[in-house]
Amino acid sequence: MSIVLSIKNVDKTFGGLHALGDINLDIEEGKTHAIIGPNGAGKSTLLNCCIGRLIPDSGTVEFEGKNMIGMQPHEINHAGMVRVFQTPEIFPDLTVLQNVMIPALARRDGTFKFNAFVSLASEKAIEADAVHILEDMGLGEHIHKHAGSMSRGDKRRLELAMGLVQHPRLLLLDEPTAGMARHDTNRTIDLLKRIKERGMTKIIIEHDMHVVFSLADTISVLAQGRIIASGTPDEIRGNPKVQEAYLGGAEL
Amino acid sequence: MNMPLLKNDWVIMAIFTVAVLTAPLWLTPVGAGYPDLMQKFAIFGIFAIGFNLLFGLTGYLSFGHAVFLGVGSYTAVWSFKLLTMNVLPAVIFSILLAGVFAVVIGYLSLRRSGIYFSILTLAFAQMSYNLAYSVLTPLTNGETGLQLTMDDPRVLDGPVGQGLPSTQLFGIEMSGYNGFYFCAVMLILGFFISLRIFRSPFGLKLLAIKSNQTRMKYTGFNTRPYLLTAFVISGMYAGLAGSLMAVTDPLAGAERMQWTASGEVVLMTILGGAGTLFGPLFGAGIIKYFENIFSAMNDGRLHEIFAFLPDWLENIVVAITGEFVGEGWHLTLGLLFMIVVIFLPGGVVEGIRRASAYVKGIFQSSGDKDVALSAEKE
Repeated sequence: MSIVLSIKNVDKTFGGLHALGDINLDIEEGKTHAIIGPNGAGKSTLLNCCIGRLIPDSGTVEFEGKNMIGMQPHEINHAGMVRVFQTPEIFPDLTVLQNVMIPALARRDGTFKFNAFVSLASEKAIEADAVHILEDMGLGEHIHKHAGSMSRGDKRRLELAMGLVQHPRLLLLDEPTAGMARHDTNRTIDLLKRIKERGMTKIIIEHDMHVVFSLADTISVLAQGRIIASGTPDEIRGNPKVQEAYLGGAEL
Repeated sequence: MNMPLLKNDWVIMAIFTVAVLTAPLWLTPVGAGYPDLMQKFAIFGIFAIGFNLLFGLTGYLSFGHAVFLGVGSYTAVWSFKLLTMNVLPAVIFSILLAGVFAVVIGYLSLRRSGIYFSILTLAFAQMSYNLAYSVLTPLTNGETGLQLTMDDPRVLDGPVGQGLPSTQLFGIEMSGYNGFYFCAVMLILGFFISLRIFRSPFGLKLLAIKSNQTRMKYTGFNTRPYLLTAFVISGMYAGLAGSLMAVTDPLAGAERMQWTASGEVVLMTILGGAGTLFGPLFGAGIIKYFENIFSAMNDGRLHEIFAFLPDWLENIVVAITGEFVGEGWHLTLGLLFMIVVIFLPGGVVEGIRRASAYVKGIFQSSGDKDVALSAEKE
């Protein structure tokens, strides 16, 4: 198994707060790696360090052998690492279809292309791609709706579609089911399972243990900015340190 | 996106072209059918269309677009002075030089967004305005303004006979209706390019930047070059408008770069409907119409209009409406602007859309009948 993402000795402090201390993590190709931990453990900070939103104080983040530290968000995207945000980051003023065509265009056009004299209506391949993904996400009947007017659950699914249409080699999901109703959560789990079957590597940050244990191949537990345990779901479930730090001693 | 009724862009273009070229016919009944004013409509229409490509698509509000207008005018007059009275080179050089200015100003201003971007563009515009009056006097002729003189070289035209030569397009003098039709053709071209940009992937990406720029970056786009391209295209439109101002009246003054001129195009675009295809044109038309027609009205004309009322009522009505015309036309414009911004945030275009939806709602049932009738005939 080859390593897709390798996080080495990453440190990050905000003022006096040691948000991340000496994080080491390897993500294997094709695997779904969950990062769990209590609030404020540094999960989102770690994700932000991977994707260029934050620059760690020290350490490296290597994606397919290339150091990502200091790269612009759009360069990281084109390297093949795509993030789906916790609060849905969509284009609220555009239609659902356009929301997905934009990332599809990014994949084809690169970081900049002046295609001002091509008709959007002639971009059949891009449109077909977007429609296909949207139907896959169960958003087929919404494609001409204003994205901003959709329900929160639909927006999150839309954002997932925006990530998937780029066929990333690594997908980073920040709490993909937070704020979703139970049936929406189950639907999202099914979707993510199907993506897994296609062999896409994923990092998932999640609070919902049901989601974590139904999807993850490996789990890392963050507490107070440090990784206190890594392993298979079964190993994590039985780990007393994890139960102590994360679950306050309760049985999983 | 904006015109769900007219799906076919070629239909839009055909209607637009006919409407512009027949403007003398349908503008005469409202008192605006003379070439001078129609030319102004066309020129400010171009200015506003260009401004809308920046503000309407990306949401970046430039408050200094008059710089490019001024650059366009000065360049055109210099082209008349140095090269030839033919307007075509003047227009081309103006567009190019305005583009160069836009690259520099845009590159620096686009390092910030929101209000800071607006302030930066305003600062550049005021700086250019003051420079034109002071140190750049050799280029701009300061307060007098740049004019043609008898001893201009005009290397391509050869020696002139009696008096100052007039602007021409391969021998056709650019005055009266000729001047208007030249500007009208430019407007049609400008509108066509704007339409293509609106309907292109590039235009969609600009709209997406307006909607959520952070998301665009994480989607893999380098947004800065997109914004700069939009800024430069928009500046070139302003340069074209500036050169057309010099086409019939070969004169360029620094007041064209004043902040009020920058503000005017903002008003036009918002009044008509920012981000819509036709909005800026409506806005430019309305403002220039008010400026020229309302400001020229006086009490005598009002008495004529309200002559059908009883005398005592006529006097009251004229006394009240008199405040809104002539010198007071700014008052009318201000009120109109407030009404539009408060009640129709989408501008005049939104008003038209709402009205047509309302009318359609009323005639829905009778419309169905019409369809049934025509089906019967067949």
